[in-house]
This record gives sequence, structure tokens and C-alpha cells, in this order.
Amino acid sequence: MSGHSTYQPTSGLGKWFDARMPLPRLVHDSFVSYPVPRNLNYAYTFGGILSIMLIVQIATGIVLAMHYAANTAVAFSSVEHIMRDVNWGWMIRYMHMNGASFFFIAVYLHIGRGLYYGSYKAPRELLWILGCIIFLLMMATAFMGYVLPWGQMSFWGATVITGFFTAFPVIGDWLQTLLLGGFAVDNPTLNRFFSLHYLLPFMILGVVILHVWALHVTGQTNPTGIEVKHKTDTLPFTPFATVKDAFAMLLFLLVFAYFIFYMPNYLGHPDNYIEADPLKTPAHIVPEWYFLPFYAILRAITFNIGPIDSKLGGVLAMFGAVLVLFVVPWLDTSKVRSAAYRPWYKMFFWLFVVNALFLGWLGSRPAEGWYIPAMQLSTLYYFAFFLVIMPLLGLFETPRRLPNSITEAVLEKTKSKGGAAPAAMPAE
Amino acid sequence: MSEEQQIDGGRRDMLLIATGMMGAVGVGAVAWPFIDQMQPDASALALATIEIDISSLEPGMEMTAKWRGKPVFVRNRTPEEVEAAKAVALADLKDPIARNANLAADAPADDANRGAGEGRESLIVQLGVCTHLGCVPLGQAGEFGGWFCPCHGSHYDTAGRIRKGPAPENLPVPPVTFLSDTQIRIG
Amino acid sequence: MISKLKALAAAIVMGLSVSGAAQAAGDYPINKPRHVDWTFAGPFGHYDEQQLQRGLKVYKEVCSSCHAISRVAFRTLADLGYSEEQIKALAAEYTVMDGPNADGEMFERPAIPSDRWPAPYANKEAAQAANNGAYPPDFSLLAKARAVERGFPWFVFDIFTMYAELGPDYIYSLMTGYTDEIPEHYADQIAEGTYFNPYFKGGPALAMPNILSDDLISYDDGTPATVDQMAQDVAAFMMWAAEPKLEERKETGFRVMVFLAVFAGMVYLLKRRVFASVAH
Repeated sequence: MSGHSTYQPTSGLGKWFDARMPLPRLVHDSFVSYPVPRNLNYAYTFGGILSIMLIVQIATGIVLAMHYAANTAVAFSSVEHIMRDVNWGWMIRYMHMNGASFFFIAVYLHIGRGLYYGSYKAPRELLWILGCIIFLLMMATAFMGYVLPWGQMSFWGATVITGFFTAFPVIGDWLQTLLLGGFAVDNPTLNRFFSLHYLLPFMILGVVILHVWALHVTGQTNPTGIEVKHKTDTLPFTPFATVKDAFAMLLFLLVFAYFIFYMPNYLGHPDNYIEADPLKTPAHIVPEWYFLPFYAILRAITFNIGPIDSKLGGVLAMFGAVLVLFVVPWLDTSKVRSAAYRPWYKMFFWLFVVNALFLGWLGSRPAEGWYIPAMQLSTLYYFAFFLVIMPLLGLFETPRRLPNSITEAVLEKTKSKGGAAPAAMPAE
Repeated sequence: MSEEQQIDGGRRDMLLIATGMMGAVGVGAVAWPFIDQMQPDASALALATIEIDISSLEPGMEMTAKWRGKPVFVRNRTPEEVEAAKAVALADLKDPIARNANLAADAPADDANRGAGEGRESLIVQLGVCTHLGCVPLGQAGEFGGWFCPCHGSHYDTAGRIRKGPAPENLPVPPVTFLSDTQIRIG
Repeated sequence: MISKLKALAAAIVMGLSVSGAAQAAGDYPINKPRHVDWTFAGPFGHYDEQQLQRGLKVYKEVCSSCHAISRVAFRTLADLGYSEEQIKALAAEYTVMDGPNADGEMFERPAIPSDRWPAPYANKEAAQAANNGAYPPDFSLLAKARAVERGFPWFVFDIFTMYAELGPDYIYSLMTGYTDEIPEHYADQIAEGTYFNPYFKGGPALAMPNILSDDLISYDDGTPATVDQMAQDVAAFMMWAAEPKLEERKETGFRVMVFLAVFAGMVYLLKRRVFASVAH
């Protein structure tokens, strides 16, 4: 974002390096002198938290792969071997298992922040789309990872989810057989899922680098949604954003540790402690919690829509629920970015959050009774939020008065708090 | 800069250093489990001792047991083999140390120190792992009638001592306990 | 905004709990598990060695004729306070298949501490054949594999109360839950060869009969062997079998939490200081 670099190597070695490969300069410009809006709140710390979670998952995953065996005959036992015999195996496995959940908690909060403050709007469309790609890759990675312990939910989750592909006309069955490497989930499936589960996180890492790159070109948004106009609108990344991110990370890790050490199985399903049995389906098949809203959308479509039967309709609705995120930058017609100045959007946004949580809960319920119309209603709102409310609201909503600049907004806030208005601008 | 600001700056530095140290401790504490997990696990350690029955071992017979994933040669030597081993002068040995885990680290490599002790001189228990680069030597082979490692041509005598070739040391004798005359525990 | 959210949340809680109650009527188990005050619950939870030894005795003398516990190695019984000699003696009571020997034959030998517990049946099919087609599940992980859904809003409260003993509570309730007073509504649903138990999650009745009775075994430590006592002890033993590292986990967890809290406090002070001179 800032035009030229402020990096000045002082030592001889620093100069030598800078002339040959300016990596220290890149780090300095990206994580030290990089200007961030001065009014970022804690909702903006999830990017940093997510990068820590990615590192946690890759580190624990590599270690688990040293002890895990991807073969249906021994996979379940090898996980138990990790839990019982390997030094610290129980901890590393619980970290990885709960790490997936906390990765999703952070990513949902991160996406929610983006939706609330309009972070996807021009010129950050590509940044947003890269984020959506990361989200898709995460979902694929998490799904395949869940199959590896080879418990009952692993097996039947894999059966159901690969069954989605049979919904597609003509090529559906062929596609499913291709994915499974057989006619049912079996050893070839487990083996390829392990291979891909190891590969995808590094692809995520690659897209994360692009995501951060794109971010550093456009700069961060901020709670006011006003672009940075003046040098006083920003603070240098270090120490300001660094220390705030670090504090938020530690709080997040504190909650994460609480689950790892005190409630390690709370977010998992007990049936996954039963070894996979291809001849016996558990009474309720539910995916991991982070897929539940999408699972509810899948099951909400119980009716045929013209030539599309309910099965294909459900699958399309479910994929559509993720894919619709990609076009959000063009669905939102509002000229104002942040929900802080959009009273109606703010209300619909929180309703969307509550609706998503409700969908998640419905996803854990059996598809019967009043749950079905509830799922349908919730699904309707999910799509209406993106496809109807977002485009129309921009045309009809009267936004509140915007401050002229970030600095003005900050000073107004400080004044209204009654604190002594520190006129001092940042030292730099 | 006023005096007050300076004090403030000093406090921040103390806090910064303390927090940095705290972070370093945290990283170290997290790193340890990730290193420790590579060490042998509980099930491998449980197999660190084995018990074997040697009642069927007639003179001139050898058996191989697996201990910690490596072969252990247990040989009941013939009187001729014992005599041949006893006849070797210590000065002729490439490695004059017994390499016997049951004895002092500098015990000389005479035949008595290589064998299984008083009254069991004919018995020899040793790891079947060449001290050169870890291949398994062949029995009753080589120029000295003991063991011969085909990988790089190391010759051991009938007491498992290196006599010729690139290997630097005698075949190691593992910790051995006689539970009875016919039952031994290794490890 | 916060108050608006709270109002919304409250409305949803009320709506869901009413409908949840109406829905649960047809589901199993008929009764929710009863809670036991386990020593291993809570942030400083630890196993009671005496209780685990009693539970082991219940397993050995009562359960083990049908149920395997094949992921538990004898050596791990050191956790229960047994000495190496005691473990060796216990292992030697069992025979395991080993081999092939020098003649290429498989042979049986007494178990040693590094062996895992041999199962009462050669395989799952044999177990089913011997038990009217019902497979007596392996105990190794059962305390983690059995849980009755808590429902909204309990599953939210559980996070804060640190309730993670669903499995042992279920096992205890099941073992003590057999009754001859079958409600009329279920009387005609009890299949031949199954036994009514309102705590069973798979239906109104299960294939395992009521095995426990008072003084069925005698405890070495003189504890009266009531049904309630035996059920608690064996459930605690099964929890240990499923989660042998529980104590280590909670101890480590306490250290990690304290460290993170102190570290976060320091970073917070640093953050306040850094931001003290700028409006943000």
C-alpha cells in the first residue's frame, strides 16, 4: 500500500543480504512498518489467529502422520496407539482434533467480520474471493481428515458426502466411484484421503500467502469502512497491531487449551470411538459441527424443482450456500461499506448470524416433524440475505452520516467517551 | 523528553523483555512434546526386555532371537571353538575391549569375558549387528571360523571379536540375566 | 446491540426448549442417565486407584466372560497401583497365541505384561454366535463411545460446568437401571431374549441380562459389593481403559492454562502501554 520501503539495513550483513535477496525488507515492509488503520478493533485479529491455527494444524498433523497408518485394517488401532502409547500422543492428537474445530470457529468469525464491515467491497473483491477459496479448501481438508481415524462417523460421513456426487445426472455414479476408488468407502478411499489430507493444507498455505499479498496491496478495511486518506489515519503494524493480535491470540489459545485439556471430546461425536463397520449405520449420522448449517440446507430440499429432483436440489443448494459467498462483492449494492452506518443492514446481518446458528442446530436434528419446515424457512432466509436483501438494501437504505476520515471518527469516539482527548498523533 | 516519559519507557522495556522471555519459555515448552514424541513409545519400551528358552541348544547350535528389533545370536559353542578363542593372544586383537554390557567398560576381550560367565563358558550371547555399518553377519564363516559380514568383509572369531576388515569393535554383548539354567533374559 | 442480541438469544432458547421437550418423548433412552460424583471429574480430577482396582475385579470376574478389553495392555495396569510382579502374575493367568515357532507352528503361551488383554472370543462372529446374535461390545473405548445427547440448552451449560462424564454416567445408569416394572406402553415391545432397561439408548430393551446382584463378588479392600458400588467401580475402570491419560491431561492442562493466562496478562499490559499515547 505505501509507496516505497522504509527499510534501512544498518549492519553490513543486512546490506549484503538486502542487495541480493531483500527478504528482511519484505518482512519489514509487511509486518513492521506496514500501516494499519488506527481504529481496528478485536474483530480484526482473527486473521492472525487463523495463521496460528494453520501452523498448529500443520505441525500437529505432520507429527501424527509419523505414527498413523492409512490402512483400513490398522487405521483405528494406530490412532489408539497414538492416544495410549506414543509420548504426548494424546495431547498432539487432541490438539489436532480440536484444532480443526477452532480453525473453523476463527474462520467463521473472520468471515462474519468481513460481512459486517463490508470488507469484500471494491477494491478488495479478489482478497475476498481468495478467502472463499481458502474456506473451500479448509472444508475439503477437514472432511478428509475426519475420515482418517476410521471410526463409524468417519466411514458413514464419507459414504454420505461422496454420495452427494451421485446426485449429478449421467456422470454422478461414475464420479462417485472415481472418488472412492471402488464401489464403497474402503481402503483405496482411506489411502487417497490421507494423501490429499496431507497435501491440501500446503495448498491452503499457498492461497493464504496470496490472500495476505492481496491484503497488503489494498490495505485493511476498518470499522468505519472509510479508506485511509492521511498518514494520521494509520499506525505502524509493529508494535500496534502486533501486540493487539498477540493478546487476542493468547485469549483464543486459552479457550482452545480449555477444550484440549478439559473437554477434548465435547466437539466430537462419540460414535467415532467405534471402529468403522461397513455393515451397520449409526442411528443418526451427523457431520462435524462446522458443517451442520450446510447439512441442514442439504436436507431442507425435500421437493422437486421442475426437472431437478430433491436429491440434486439439496446438493445444489448446499454447494450454492458456499458458492454464493464468491459473488457477495457484486451482490451488495450499497455505497457505504460498514454496517456501523447501515442500520437496516446491521439488523439483517445479526438476523443472518442467528439464522446460521439455528441452521447449525437444525443440522444436528433428525429430518422429521417440524424440523423440516424450520430448515426450509432458515434456508430461505440464508439465500434471501445474499440474493435479495443485499442487492435491494443498497438501493433503499438511508445510511447514517459518515465521518470525513478515520482520524475524525476516532477523535469523535474518544470525545464522547469523556476521556481526555489526546491530541497527540502517533509518534511516527 | 520529560523525566516521566523516560521512566515510562524504561518500564515498557522491562515488560517487553519479561514478555519476550515468557514467549520463549512457551515456545520451548510446546516444542518438547513434538520432539519427545519421536522417542520410542510405551509399547516399544515394553519390549525392551525379552526372555528366551535355551534348553534345546546343543553344542554347535545357534539360535537367533529378536531384541529391540535387532537379532541376538545365542550360540552354544563346541569345545574346539572355545579352545580356538582362548588360544588368541590379547595383543593380536583389533579391539582389546570385551564390549560386554555386563562387565566393566574397560574389561579385556579375553574369551571368559566374552562368554556367558563361570560354568557357561561355551555359551555366547551377542548382538548380531556388525559394528561397521549394521549388517547382520553370517555364522560359522570367515577366516576365523566365527562370523563374517558380507557387506564390507569384516571377519569375527569364534568369540565374536573383530579380527579383520573395516569393523572397529567386537560384536556387543547385551545385558543378560540367567533366570534359570535354561531361561535367559536379555535387556 | 448487546441487549438486542440477548433478547434474541433468550427468545430462541425458549422456543427451542419447549419444542425440544415435546420432541424427546419418543426417543431412547427412556430415562436420562443419572449423574455420579466421579473423582475424575473437574479440572483437578484424578482416578481413585482403589476404585479402579475394584472395577478391574468386577470386569475380571463378571464382565470378561463376554466383553473384551483388547486395547488395554497388561503393563498399563501400573496406573492402577499394581507392582510389576503383580502385573506379571495377573498376565500369566491368561494365555495368548504366539508364533510361529521354529517348527512353523502357532503355540499358546502365558501372557506377559507387554501383551494386550486377550479377548474371550476369537472374533466378532464367534462372539455373536455365542450371544444370540448380539455382539458384546469391547470395553476399551466404550466410556467414550457411549453418550446420551444432552439437548439444548444443556450442551451449552456443559462447556462451563466442564461436564465430560457422559460415558461413565451412562454405563453406571445402565448397569443399575434394570427393572421388572415395565411401563405398559413398552410391555409389548420387549423382544424375546431381551431385557427391559429404561437407560438403554438403543431401544426399550437390550440383549444383556441384569448380571449384577449384591455380593456377587467380594472386594479385596472390604468394600461392600452392592450393585451400585460395582456399577460405579466398573464404570470408573472403563473410563480409565478408554482414557488412560486423563490425569496427565488435566495436570498438563492446568499448567498450560496458568501459563497462558499470565502470558496474556503481560501482553495486555504491554498492549495498554503501547496504545496509551494514541487515540484509537
